Amino acid sequence: MKHTISVIVEDRPGALTRITTMFARRGFNIDSLAVGPTERPGVSCITLRVDCSDHSLEQIEKQIHKLVNVLRVTELVPDEAVERELLLVKVAAPADKRAELIAMAESLHARVLDLGPDAILLELVGLPAEIDAFHELCKPYGIQDLIRTGRIGMSRPSTKRSGQKRVAAIN
Amino acid sequence: MRGADAILRSLEAEGVEVMFGIPGGAIMPTYDAIARGTTIRHILARHEQGAGHMAEGYARASGRVGVAIATSGPGATNLVTPIADAWMDSTPIVCITGQVRTSLLGTDAFQECDITGITMPIVKHSWLVMDPRDIPAAIKEAFHVASTGRCGPVLVDIPRDVQEAEFNFTYPDKLDLPGWRPPTKVHPLQIRQAGEVIAKAERPVLYVGGGTLNADACPELLELAEAVQLPVIKTLMGKGAFPESHELHFGWPGMHGTKWANIAMNTCEVLVAVGARFDDRVTGKLSAFAPGATVVHLDIDAAEISKLRQADVPVVGPLKKALHELTHEVVKHRDSGAPPPQAWIHRIEENREEFPLRYSSKKGDLLKPQWVVEQLQELIAGDDVIVTTGVGQHQMWAMQYVLTERPRNFITSGGLGTMGYGIPAAIGAKAARPEATVVCIDGDGCFQMTSQEIVTAVLDDLPVVILLLNNGYLGMVTQWQDMFFDGRRSHVHLTQAVPDYAKLAEAYGGVGFTVNEEEELRPALQEALSCGRPVVVDVRCDPAEHCYPMIPTGAAAIDMLEYSEEVQSG
Repeated sequence: MKHTISVIVEDRPGALTRITTMFARRGFNIDSLAVGPTERPGVSCITLRVDCSDHSLEQIEKQIHKLVNVLRVTELVPDEAVERELLLVKVAAPADKRAELIAMAESLHARVLDLGPDAILLELVGLPAEIDAFHELCKPYGIQDLIRTGRIGMSRPSTKRSGQKRVAAIN
Repeated sequence: MRGADAILRSLEAEGVEVMFGIPGGAIMPTYDAIARGTTIRHILARHEQGAGHMAEGYARASGRVGVAIATSGPGATNLVTPIADAWMDSTPIVCITGQVRTSLLGTDAFQECDITGITMPIVKHSWLVMDPRDIPAAIKEAFHVASTGRCGPVLVDIPRDVQEAEFNFTYPDKLDLPGWRPPTKVHPLQIRQAGEVIAKAERPVLYVGGGTLNADACPELLELAEAVQLPVIKTLMGKGAFPESHELHFGWPGMHGTKWANIAMNTCEVLVAVGARFDDRVTGKLSAFAPGATVVHLDIDAAEISKLRQADVPVVGPLKKALHELTHEVVKHRDSGAPPPQAWIHRIEENREEFPLRYSSKKGDLLKPQWVVEQLQELIAGDDVIVTTGVGQHQMWAMQYVLTERPRNFITSGGLGTMGYGIPAAIGAKAARPEATVVCIDGDGCFQMTSQEIVTAVLDDLPVVILLLNNGYLGMVTQWQDMFFDGRRSHVHLTQAVPDYAKLAEAYGGVGFTVNEEEELRPALQEALSCGRPVVVDVRCDPAEHCYPMIPTGAAAIDMLEYSEEVQSG
C-alpha cells in the first residue's frame, strides 16, 4: 500500500542523504521525493511517497525519527490531508493539432507555458490522480519530455490529525 | 586558540581521560596540540582498527564514551570496521578524524576520503566541521548523541585548516539538538499492562540483552528477578548483566546457547525482552520462535519494538526506570495473590539437568578447548576479571564456560561478529580499569587479524592475558563446512605451529607460553595471570572439536542439535 510521509528536518548538510541512505539500507523503496523550505528559516520539509506494508511504514517512521536532524515525522493520511503534484510536459504539437491540444489543456486547468514550431509546453498542478489522467491524455499526441515533482502534502486544518498522534505515541 | 587545541579542550571538558589513535597528515595539528600538552592519556595503536576496538573495549568496560582518533583517508577507513561494530552492538564511541583542507575537499586530494559519507549508514550521527567556531559544539553534541538514547558510534571529521585556524574558544553549556529527544520517561500505562501480564504468567522468562548493560540497569534487573522470581536468560551481549552463579540465571539462548535456555525461551508463556532485539542468532527461524508467547518488550529504542517480533506489550524508555517501576508493579500483584512461577523454574532446572553442556570425554592427544576454558574459569572465579573474545568457536565456548558475575566483565563482538576484536578490546578494557585482570580468549584466526596490538599493550604498560585456543583452523567455518558442505574443507587450515605464537609474543616484547599437555596449562595460566606483563598462552587444541549445542541455520530454536559422540564423529 502507498503512503505519504512528511518529514520536517533541520536544514543541515547531509540531512536528506541520511534519510535516503536509511531507506536504501533497510530495503524500503521511495516512489517519489520532494524537498523544499518551510515557513521556518533553517527548516525543510521532505515529502516521501513509499509503497510498503503498514508494518514497514511503522519501521520507516521510527527509523527516520531517530535521525538527529529530524524534527518531526508524520504520515499524511489520505482523507485528512491535501496532496498536490506539479507536472511539466512537452507534447508534439504540429499546426493541425495545436488548437485541439490547447483546448484540452484549458479544459483540465493546465497552463500553456511555451509554444514552439513543433511542440507545446504544458504545466498542470493537481491531485496525483489528475496528473496521471492528464499524462494519459497527452500520450496520443506524442510526449517529447515529461517531468513530475513528486507529491507534496499538508494535513487539513479541518480534520483531527490522527497520523501525527500515532507517531507521537511511538515516541 | 587554534582549532586543534579546541578539540583537546573540548575532549577534556567532556571528561575524557584516555584516547586511542594514530597520527597522520591531516590530523597532525591536533597531534601537535597533544604534544604541547593535555590531561588526556593517548595510547598509540598500531592500526586504526585496533584504536577503534580499543575505544570500544574502553567504553564497554567503563560505561563511558570511548574515543578513537585517526587521520584522513586510510586512517579513517581503517576505523570503519570498529564503527560498524559499535553500531551493531550499541557501543558509545566518538571517532575524530582529520580531513584534507577545506580548499581541497572534493578534489580527490592526497588521502582524501568522504568518511562522513562512507560511515553514514553505521553512525548515529556525524559532523563535518567546516568552521573552527563549530568545533566545541560538534564535540559536545557528539558525546551527547553517542551516550544518550540507544548508545552508538558518532564521527567528527575535521579538515586540517580548521584545526589550524585561530578563534576564541568557549565551551558551550547548552546543546542545540532540537531533533534529538530520546525517551526519558516510561509510560505508566505500559508499565501497568506489562506488570499484569508478567505477574499472571505461569511460565515467564526474562530475555536480557546488551541494552541492560548500556542502561546501567543491572541492579534493577536483579531487583526484579529476585523480587518476583523470574528466570533470567541472557544473550551474548547481555552476558554480565546478571550474576551467572545466581539461582535464577538460566544460561544463554540462541545458536550456541544452552538447550535448556532455548527450551525455556521457546516454551514460555510470557517472554519479557529487556534491551534485546530478537537477533536471528537468538531466535533461529523467526516464525517458529517462542510460538504463542505473549511478548513484553522493554527498550529505549522505539524502532526495536515490533521490528522482528510483534510486541504485545511495548515499554519504551530508559530501562533503569522501566525495570524499577515494573518491579513495583509486579510485586503489587504478587502481594495480592499472584503466585511466583515455582513449577516453571523447577521445570527449567530439570531441563538443565537433562541437557547439560557436553563435549567429548575421550582423551586424545590434543586438549579440548572447552576443558581449557573450564580451567581458566576455575582460576578466575570470584575475581574481578574482564574477559574479551574474538569471534567464532572460541567465543561461543567462552560464553558457555566462563561465568560472568559482574556487569561489564564480558566484552565481545556480537552483532557484527568482528574477528580480531578481542586483543584490542582487551587493551582498551585494561586502560579503562587497570585494577582488573583482563583476559582475551582468542582463536588463532582472530589473533592474526589484530595481534600487532600486543606491541601497544607492551609499550603502554597494559598487561593483558591472551588465552589462545589454537586449533590451527578457522574453526567455525570448518565446523560449517563439515556439517553443511559435506566436509569439503575450503581454505580454513591455518596450521597450529606457524606462526609460533609464543615466539611472536616475545618478539613483540611480551611473554609467550606454548601448552601441549594438560599438566602444562595451569602453571602457564597462573604465571600469565600473575606476571603483570602482556602474555600469550598458546594452547594447542583439538581441531576436530565442534561447538555444541547448535541450532542449524534456518532451523527452529527448539530443534537444536546436541553433542553426542555419534554427531561429533559423523
